[in-house]
Amino acid sequence: MSDTTADAGAPMQEGAKAREVRGYADVSGPTESKMVEQIGSQVARLKARLADVGAVVVIASGKGGVGKSAVTANLAVALVARGARVGAVDADLNGPSLGRMLGLLGSRLEDRPDGIVPARGPSGVLGISTELLIEEGAPLKWKGPDSDKFVWQGVTEAVTLREFMSDVVWGELDYLLIDIPPGTDKIGRFLDLVSEPDQVLLVTIPSEVASSVVSRSATQLKEAGVACMGVVGNMSGYAQPGGGDLLPLFTGPDVSDVAESAGLELWAEIPFDPAFGTLTDQGAPPGSDGDSAAARAFAALAERVEQGPGGRESQR
Amino acid sequence: MKFLCIPCDEVMKFADRDLPGDGTITALFTCGACGRDMAMLANPMETQLVSSLGIEIGGRTVPEQPFQQTRSKLESPKDDAFVEATAGDASIDAAVNPAEAPAARLSVTWSDEADDRLTNVPKFVRGMVKRIYTDYAKEKGIPLITPDVMDRARTDLGLEGM
Repeated sequence: MSDTTADAGAPMQEGAKAREVRGYADVSGPTESKMVEQIGSQVARLKARLADVGAVVVIASGKGGVGKSAVTANLAVALVARGARVGAVDADLNGPSLGRMLGLLGSRLEDRPDGIVPARGPSGVLGISTELLIEEGAPLKWKGPDSDKFVWQGVTEAVTLREFMSDVVWGELDYLLIDIPPGTDKIGRFLDLVSEPDQVLLVTIPSEVASSVVSRSATQLKEAGVACMGVVGNMSGYAQPGGGDLLPLFTGPDVSDVAESAGLELWAEIPFDPAFGTLTDQGAPPGSDGDSAAARAFAALAERVEQGPGGRESQR
Repeated sequence: MKFLCIPCDEVMKFADRDLPGDGTITALFTCGACGRDMAMLANPMETQLVSSLGIEIGGRTVPEQPFQQTRSKLESPKDDAFVEATAGDASIDAAVNPAEAPAARLSVTWSDEADDRLTNVPKFVRGMVKRIYTDYAKEKGIPLITPDVMDRARTDLGLEGM
């Protein structure tokens, strides 16, 4: 593992061999470095932990700013209102907000030999987020050599995400919701850890740009073999404080058209409701509580998730 | 990663590793046939990459602790993020892994001096570090953890900075 830039001498011609040496695959037996075995044991621990989870539900988009975390928080609360046991992982390590939205800030995590006990919000949702681990206002930074951070930083974050799932004492859950950060690469990184999530919700808004990114994400997920996906159209209109018809917020394509062009079913259309948004930001997401259009939309979305693969109603 | 002794065409065995404290790692491998030793020297970036995976070259000396990588790598951690388990370690060990119950039943206490030294460890990782020393003492049948026991554990387990 020398510094390649310091290698002396002329480059070896393609196809030339310095000496006849057996290749990796020709040498039988386990590796003495025991790296493969340790990775295998980490994967086994993750699988064992998720064995007690009814359904892993991924909330993703690919696009930022479409309200994934708010959808996750309110869906979690709506599922709890239906009697489900729900955990939530804030996979947005660098821009966490789910912990705040679920009212977890200020919680201390119990450190047990079998794992870390997750924080429990006022609504009963269990959760984990980097917000609970780093100082308020501090950016996420990792210890390590200053140079060539790009080489190891992604690995470090993938391992943290793995620990958020495998090292947390979730107990028996009906649903574990995963709030994936923006970027289609982040969806791929999660699928490297959990290759077969039970359900994936792709959140979009009525915008040309968001629709384009969501279509890419849908293609990526289909190519990865993810079977159950639905589109959640967020901010699909403006819910006036006094009630009445929804007013348009965006001039882009209708979310039902976005779903259709991606070859997916539209699972929910959620209007933007300022009061709903304020409560969510304050750590008290209403979910399906109340008679607002947004609450009704989350009630319908929760029901749809319950009927989907791994959902409680699909098992009855 | 496999290391092959070319003259003997034998896979070299892992022998030892050393963390000099400058962010690098040295791993020693030996050929079982001719006795030849070789050292793999990794620069800080390479060492960090392997370490980021949460693995140790040659195998782990202690079981991986919950959130071990996250806790050991975060800058600006919230000092009071974690609270130690309220139940005694032994009862939790026994409940979690009945196979280890006999060792877990051994009651381990900390001397005042060892407790003082533990306060030098940042609170963010203190519970994890304390558990590593406690597990070591249980495994060795040591009922009282003193600074001397902590030193021995560090040497035996290849711990750095604990």
